[in-house]
Amino acid sequence: MTGSGLTSERLAYLDLMREIEDFLYAEADLLDERDYDPWLDLFTDDVVYWMPMRKNVSFEDRAKETTAEDDLAWFHDDKDTLIKRVRQLQTGIHWADEPISRVAHVITNIRLAEPVTSLADGEKLTTKCRFIVYRNRLETETDILVGRREDTLLRTGDSLKIARRKILLDQSVLMAKNLTMFF
Amino acid sequence: MKSTPFSARDLVDVHQGEISREIFVNQDIYQEEQERIFTRAWLYVGHESQIKNPGDFFVSKMGEESVILTRDRAGKIHIFLNTCTHRGMKVCRYDEGNTKTFTCPYHAWSFGTDGQLIGVQDYDNAYQPPFDKSEWGLIEVAQMANYMGTIWATWDRNAPSFEEYLGDATFAFDHGLCAWDGGDGGTELLGSVQKWIVPCNWKFVAENFAGDLLHVVSHRSVDMVRLGPSGDEGRRDDYGKLVLTAYPQGHGIFFGVVPLEPKRTEYAVSKITAEYFQHCWERRLKNRGDLAGTCPLVGTIFPNMSFHAQQPRTLLVSHPRSATETEMWRSYFVDKEAPEEVKQFLREYYMRYAGPAGMTEQDDMENWNYATAASEGTIARRHPYHYKAGLGIGGKHDVVPGIVTEQPASSEQNPRALYKRWAEYMDTDSWDELLDAQKTPLTAQA
Repeated sequence: MTGSGLTSERLAYLDLMREIEDFLYAEADLLDERDYDPWLDLFTDDVVYWMPMRKNVSFEDRAKETTAEDDLAWFHDDKDTLIKRVRQLQTGIHWADEPISRVAHVITNIRLAEPVTSLADGEKLTTKCRFIVYRNRLETETDILVGRREDTLLRTGDSLKIARRKILLDQSVLMAKNLTMFF
Repeated sequence: MKSTPFSARDLVDVHQGEISREIFVNQDIYQEEQERIFTRAWLYVGHESQIKNPGDFFVSKMGEESVILTRDRAGKIHIFLNTCTHRGMKVCRYDEGNTKTFTCPYHAWSFGTDGQLIGVQDYDNAYQPPFDKSEWGLIEVAQMANYMGTIWATWDRNAPSFEEYLGDATFAFDHGLCAWDGGDGGTELLGSVQKWIVPCNWKFVAENFAGDLLHVVSHRSVDMVRLGPSGDEGRRDDYGKLVLTAYPQGHGIFFGVVPLEPKRTEYAVSKITAEYFQHCWERRLKNRGDLAGTCPLVGTIFPNMSFHAQQPRTLLVSHPRSATETEMWRSYFVDKEAPEEVKQFLREYYMRYAGPAGMTEQDDMENWNYATAASEGTIARRHPYHYKAGLGIGGKHDVVPGIVTEQPASSEQNPRALYKRWAEYMDTDSWDELLDAQKTPLTAQA
């Protein structure tokens, strides 16, 4: 498509998409660089950070494949719990991640869940993406965790904040011994 | 006759408190455990709240093997090995659900929820004379028990009853698995089971929850960030004085004993939950009298079922996968009659405490992982582990059963009792011998 074919609506959409992609990539950098305090600032105070579990179910029962919000989960955190997790990592004696692990977040397939072209102050939208989270620790211990994420983003003043994060990890029996990393 | 190429008693010296690393890393010993322990002991399979209705099923494990816990059309509970009797295919690959039959996707043999073989591909043409279908039903456990809603089974028809197997540990279940008010309301599982794999020997998990009071430094970081439900330093509310109890059947449990006065204050960060527990405490005082303040905190039922009875309240099975790999299955339980807000508060607290993302349990798994790994070497295996804390100090207690060591004394008596029993299983062939062996003392005779 040539520049002359871009409608103002299309341009607005591309501008919004670039902003969202930049936001999500910058977040991944903060995590992989262990810059946790500015990472926490990316979340609203009433954030819900949720990673349900997955089950082996029939096609007919596929609605039950993911555990419901009132069921057990891998994570179901509010902001206070996210802060506690960060503070624990920062104690220097959280042995599960001490010595520190090497973690890389690959974020891809970013899409908007609804066909919007702009986000005004106070408005929210939902994005979808895929993640690959790679963790390598000590000598050869390696986990590669793959799945989908749905993030609800809130425009507040000049910045975006994450108001809700749903993480769908594509494993039923978790093949990592623990989840000290964020998604 | 015993045919193993080693004597377990030579590897486990409970009187000196020294245990060979071989039992944690040697694959031949692991294989022998599958035969001698996991086919004979009573194993936790699930909870009756997972199969409330006829036709409900939940796929679980006994040792390494997949089993189906199901309630048949008549309401009777069964446990079957999850394998087709024709060619071995798993007859159920769903984690849970409701069904009329388990139909094998390989050759279409189908089984009722009572285990009976009801359908065989081409039965009339292919089998002349016809074979007796009643002899080819699903393979069922030898004995099953339902104790306060927890379902247990053994493959050994000669094993003693489950209550005899528990021995005096029934006291802990009666005070720990009940509704928090000590009444008849009962408990239920709080949703689905967390399952994950840890590269460690299963016995690290069993001994940890049997009573390892000395691993305080493991959890220092979570205590510093105030994980507990009242916002104070630590990860739990006050559980009182710790009392270790060990049992000749191999179980190890530690109790928290709180005084009956003053009133308990717990769950201060949630008003509704705090009020619920205060109300329960008043009723517990009425229901249990002088025993109200005696509740198990954490324990292991031999071989691999562990529980937390206070904060959090959870059931754990450390299923063996190999000498150096364990599959953890953790479920959580609550009072059936607790208000929904209380259940939800507890659910969130339990998840941030335990499980693979639990801020307490994460650190345990790092320790078990690398303790196993660092014991695999040829030189490492020549040096035993040290279990000498509290050697010879266990005694009797007025209230709690078993061999007892109370704070401020600490002791590794519970792991010693677990490994004494482990060696007895490994060295004996019959339940008669096993029942005799448990009469021998844990501590050396003066």
